[in-house]
Amino acid sequence: MSTLTEAPPPLAPAPAAERPPRRRGRRTPYWLLLPGILWLLVFFALPLVYQASTSVQTGSLEEGYKVTWHFAAYWDALHAYWPQFLRSVLYAGSATVLCLVLGYPLAYLIAFRAGRWRNLVMILVVAPFFTSFLIRTLAWKTILADGGPVVGALDSLHVLSVTNWLGMTDGHRVLATPLAVVCGLTYNFLPFMILPLYTSLERIDGRLHEAAGDLYATPLTTFRRVTFPLSMPGVVSGTLLTFIPASGDYVNSELLGSTNTQMIGNVIQSQFLRILDYPTAAALSFLLMAAILIMVTLYIRRSGTEDLV
Amino acid sequence: MEQYEPDRLSPAQVAAVRRSFASGRAALTRRTLLRASAGGALAAGGLAALTGCGIPAAGKTQGAVTSDDHSAEERTVSFSNWPEYVDVDDSGKHRPTLEAFTKRTGIAVKYTEDVNDNNEFFGKIKPQLAAGQSTGRDLIVLTDWLAARLIRLGWVQKLDPSHLPHAYANLSAQFRAPDWDPGRAYSYPWQGVFTVLAYNKKALDGIEVTSVSDLLDNGRLKGRVGFLSEMRDSIGMTLLDMGKDPAKVTADDYDAATARLQKAVDRGQIRRFTGNDYTSDLAKGDLAACVAWGGDIVQLQADNPDIDYVIPDSGYMMSTDNLLVPNKARHRTNAERLIDYYYELEPAAELAAYVNYVTPVDGVKPYLAKIDKDAANNPLIVPDKATAARAHAFRALSQKEETAYEGKFAKLTGA
Repeated sequence: MSTLTEAPPPLAPAPAAERPPRRRGRRTPYWLLLPGILWLLVFFALPLVYQASTSVQTGSLEEGYKVTWHFAAYWDALHAYWPQFLRSVLYAGSATVLCLVLGYPLAYLIAFRAGRWRNLVMILVVAPFFTSFLIRTLAWKTILADGGPVVGALDSLHVLSVTNWLGMTDGHRVLATPLAVVCGLTYNFLPFMILPLYTSLERIDGRLHEAAGDLYATPLTTFRRVTFPLSMPGVVSGTLLTFIPASGDYVNSELLGSTNTQMIGNVIQSQFLRILDYPTAAALSFLLMAAILIMVTLYIRRSGTEDLV
Repeated sequence: MEQYEPDRLSPAQVAAVRRSFASGRAALTRRTLLRASAGGALAAGGLAALTGCGIPAAGKTQGAVTSDDHSAEERTVSFSNWPEYVDVDDSGKHRPTLEAFTKRTGIAVKYTEDVNDNNEFFGKIKPQLAAGQSTGRDLIVLTDWLAARLIRLGWVQKLDPSHLPHAYANLSAQFRAPDWDPGRAYSYPWQGVFTVLAYNKKALDGIEVTSVSDLLDNGRLKGRVGFLSEMRDSIGMTLLDMGKDPAKVTADDYDAATARLQKAVDRGQIRRFTGNDYTSDLAKGDLAACVAWGGDIVQLQADNPDIDYVIPDSGYMMSTDNLLVPNKARHRTNAERLIDYYYELEPAAELAAYVNYVTPVDGVKPYLAKIDKDAANNPLIVPDKATAARAHAFRALSQKEETAYEGKFAKLTGA
């Protein structure tokens, strides 16, 4: 970036008649950018470079690590942990879909029907954020306890036989199954879906609905042809805000899952802290980042929306 | 930065770029900016920086490890310990034994409960210790294997025996000579930790649990069995059950034990590998039986009469949490005085009565009986000779073994 600011003086001379442009004004954008750029450099670019370097090092804690361009670490990591990768994508994907299914009606309600309750409902959506992420997740352990009323009800309604058949649960319990992890992810990231949905729904002009009605569109058609397309920016950014952190999450699977539900975040954590295999951990982090980048790029291309709320 | 070549752009282009930055609003959107900065970061980082990095050998700390001891002029010691690991009075505001220490010696104790997990704490202090800098702590409490690692890396200071008369005299025989710190040159135990089998009678519903085999093989316990995420405790108990001695574990033994646990994991027998959080699962009955730590069980039993424990016939694992003085600590002598203080019988008894873990101090029983008769008779707090004799410890591992074993264990736990 510094090269940009120190670029040679303008080569295209200004027309003679014009007064020289204000010198200060020209630099202002850079000064305004400076804090953000510095922040990005120190807290994003540098750690990224450091991790990239770590991922191609070999060595051990006692002998130190040296850059040996050991790119095989990537292949080895992928080879050893592809099930956890796949699982992360599956769980995060299911949670995102669930969030959308649960969040869209709620956001719609808040935007168009809540009236004077709008602010109150918004506060209710955000309120769980006032307590710690961990506490909220631990609370689900009590709610979904094996002998608890929720599991009892699900069991007697034969919901669990369906989820058992789907492979989401195992026997008469919900905790320590994929279902619990997906539910935890859905719960924890739901507000990230609702807020952008709400902002883009709220911006829709109510008169458009009236106009659609005047043109004999049924409510369903109005939704399909007017409301939903106009809310696409919210849908895209909501799904991204849910999917990206959910796929790297390890808390839900740690607390609500079992040995067979561990996600890639758990692997990275255990490689970093427990096994102290920093190169593998860094390689896994990069693989996760690359996977997410690719998926997100494809998704944005397909969804064909330019602005994200 | 060498990636950016301004001379390639034509003068008109440069002018356009500058114009767009300065006045063209549309050009400077979030998207282009993100693109530009990401590109710039990658180009910048790409080559030069990658090779520049590298993590120096952890063991070779530069400079002297024993910094100047400021104990005489600064009457203070900063002590990092685990949560709920020291006595607190009923109001919750005072720590009687620590305050008595300050009163007697004039040394103020800065007590912090910031050790929540051995691995995490290691990650926290590693950068400073590896760089030969002070951690700001004079005394830390870490479990055996991590204490062993710090000693192996040369990150902790040798203790001066002349400052530790009580500790030397009163340390229980069973803790005197761990293979990772023979003669306790660097460390003294804070408390001992029993690893036993715990169960919830209500959840067991008549199923008998007396050994690790019962946990692993009884189909009626499917999905309701817990193991600990501490590798040495879980594998150690399994090894004992297989008739192997964890103190002499070989690679083959280790693999056999992990294979045995893996089978149980694959069958869905083992629900989770947990840290301290198994206690709530056990109390609720989500776990019917699990490998557990003695101190937790004493505390759980006080609230829930359904909880009980059993020591398998094959023996049990015993570990300790150890007091260590990290390199560059400013108040080593003060720290040693604190260690020695907790080896006096009265403070040791008070501590044991509160925290309910195994006291490493010999001769505490009569003092403990004065405070709490039940505690004094509880073998999980003051083990009798027969129980003490059945304790086992995991062999000290070399760094290579540790990495390999932890890796295999992590695979077992799914991560």
